[in-house]
Amino acid sequence: MEKFTKLTGVAAPMPIRNIDTDMIIPKQFLKTIKREGLGKNLFDEMRYLDDGSENPEFVLNQDAYRNATIIVAGDNFGCGSSREHAPWALNDFGIKVIISTSFADIFYNNCFKNGMLPIRVDEDTLNKLMDDAERGANATLTVDLVSQTITGPDGGEVKFEIDEFRKHCLLEGLDDIGLTQQKSDKIDDFEAKRKADQPWMYR
Amino acid sequence: MPKTLFDKIWDAHLVDVQDDGTCLIYIDRHMVHEVTSPQAFEGLRTAGRSVHRPQATLAVADHNVPTTDRSKGIANPESRIQVETLESNVEEFGVPYFKTDDIRQGVVHIVGPEQGFTLPGATIVCGDSHTATHGAFGSLAFGIGTSEVEHVLATQTLLQKPAKNMLVKVTGTLPDHCSAKDVVLAIIGKIGTAGGTGYVIEYAGEAIEALSMEGRMTVCNMTIEGGARAGLIAPDQKTFDYIQGRPMAPKGAAWEQAVEYWKTLHTDDGASFDEVVELDVTNLAPQITWGTSPENVLSIEDNVPNPADEPNAEKKASIERAIGYMDFEAGQAIEGVAINTVFIGSCTNGRIEDFREAAAIAKGRKVADGVRALAVPGSGLVKEQAEEEGLDKIFVEAGFEWREPGCSMCLAMNDDRLSPGDRCASTSNRNFEGRQGKGGRTHLVSPAMAVAAAIKGCLTDVRKLG
Repeated sequence: MEKFTKLTGVAAPMPIRNIDTDMIIPKQFLKTIKREGLGKNLFDEMRYLDDGSENPEFVLNQDAYRNATIIVAGDNFGCGSSREHAPWALNDFGIKVIISTSFADIFYNNCFKNGMLPIRVDEDTLNKLMDDAERGANATLTVDLVSQTITGPDGGEVKFEIDEFRKHCLLEGLDDIGLTQQKSDKIDDFEAKRKADQPWMYR
Repeated sequence: MPKTLFDKIWDAHLVDVQDDGTCLIYIDRHMVHEVTSPQAFEGLRTAGRSVHRPQATLAVADHNVPTTDRSKGIANPESRIQVETLESNVEEFGVPYFKTDDIRQGVVHIVGPEQGFTLPGATIVCGDSHTATHGAFGSLAFGIGTSEVEHVLATQTLLQKPAKNMLVKVTGTLPDHCSAKDVVLAIIGKIGTAGGTGYVIEYAGEAIEALSMEGRMTVCNMTIEGGARAGLIAPDQKTFDYIQGRPMAPKGAAWEQAVEYWKTLHTDDGASFDEVVELDVTNLAPQITWGTSPENVLSIEDNVPNPADEPNAEKKASIERAIGYMDFEAGQAIEGVAINTVFIGSCTNGRIEDFREAAAIAKGRKVADGVRALAVPGSGLVKEQAEEEGLDKIFVEAGFEWREPGCSMCLAMNDDRLSPGDRCASTSNRNFEGRQGKGGRTHLVSPAMAVAAAIKGCLTDVRKLG
């Protein structure tokens, strides 16, 4: 997995509540058997008009935000399905950080598996960062995972919380499965005990 | 110390606890479908890993399968490739699989319980958020992403932190013409779509105990729409009766031993919850969603909200956006709004009891002119059972299309989808923008309410049909 340490980039404002996984990547693009290539269909229904041309109203189609690497979004980002295609599409487009007041649990978890950082902040902080993001390409944010800070264009700094283990895995770019397989003895012991205690679970 | 049901199941699955509190938990049952698994199998292949316990895994294709004649195969090339990819992966890795022409094929969350693969006290995962369904059996069941699917395939475990406990206590007796769907919509309307974030919900109270297993599955299924990854209900005699004799359920002495254990799976007296929500359903009216989030719930006799009444700017904007998408006037009545599509099916309402409820309303009536009505059984076995009971004839005579099993128009990955501007009364679980087809408008309702809408050609109160 790709490491994440520090990122400075343009933040796109999306002041919409409940941005769901169907908005992020509609189902017709879930038919792929690959992880890559979903960026062009990120936010497809909001981003393109019926004739396939870009919707100029949509934030990521505006010159100031085409190269955004951060999204500042309304509450409950990523609600809906478990599709990891949602973080894959964001990542493929170039979005590495999403900042909101809350995230749906599965989406939040999926981000960390892809070297991406979802950041929860309080409402006042979100409003401030949303204002910053509204200022366009001149207003970049710096997200530092080591110090757990977001620095705004005016130099103002806010701290954010993150689970220690998740932070460690992101900083080091660790592969979960490899880590777990180091505990294979414990898994074997658990299974042996379970077979004895709950034999009906084995068929 | 007294424990909640969630705590008991969690503690029984701990393989390892790290110093920072991250837990490695054992996964008893893993269901796999074609949409969220190809990249996981590819990951195993690339790293030279195998499936740790194939017999704890069950695969079925459901999202992409056509609900029309199966013998012709899948016309859409991408859908076909995805199903073929699943078939070659299960073959390569030795994972049990129900083919698309197997009578046991169906929506993954209907197949698991039907086969006795779903058992109380088990941890059950699937790369699908509606895995919450299986919690109806007192199992800890939740949806995971594809990276986690790969992790479970490789290790039969997951890295997790324990969730917080929420109790949703549902009291009273459910009135006629209201069912489990109305209960869960009312709960989501009350707690909101992020209300359960970070929690596992236990549903309890006499109204939950009174529900059939099918009804309990409907309630647990939509837990994710309230933001909680898992919802569960303590197993009781109804649970045991449902499971006994199913093909993959324990038999003989193992059955007796299992039931003894399952009887311990309940929240202890005095156990504490981080959050308690109560709902009295005695006077519940049929529920319906008006907007583009499952929390946009109304009673059928109520009106669409007026954004001017909402003080919070972000919430006000979201109401305005939803009213615009749904083509409503602020404050208008929901009853009487014309629909042109009705969908009965999905992992929420695709079980036999749902078709019985729907057929009871459809019997002797006709679908209104200009309305396309689909009845899509949740599995081949549900279809067979319904046909044995003659329900298919009731639907066909009323003007419904009686289809082959699959996810179908719940998320429109196959050919069953809405066109822009279509309005659908649907028994599915999500009313997101474009969910059932780009530009389509979805109203989530119970099977009885969906049939009532089909008959009247508009959103209507099923109680008035008698």
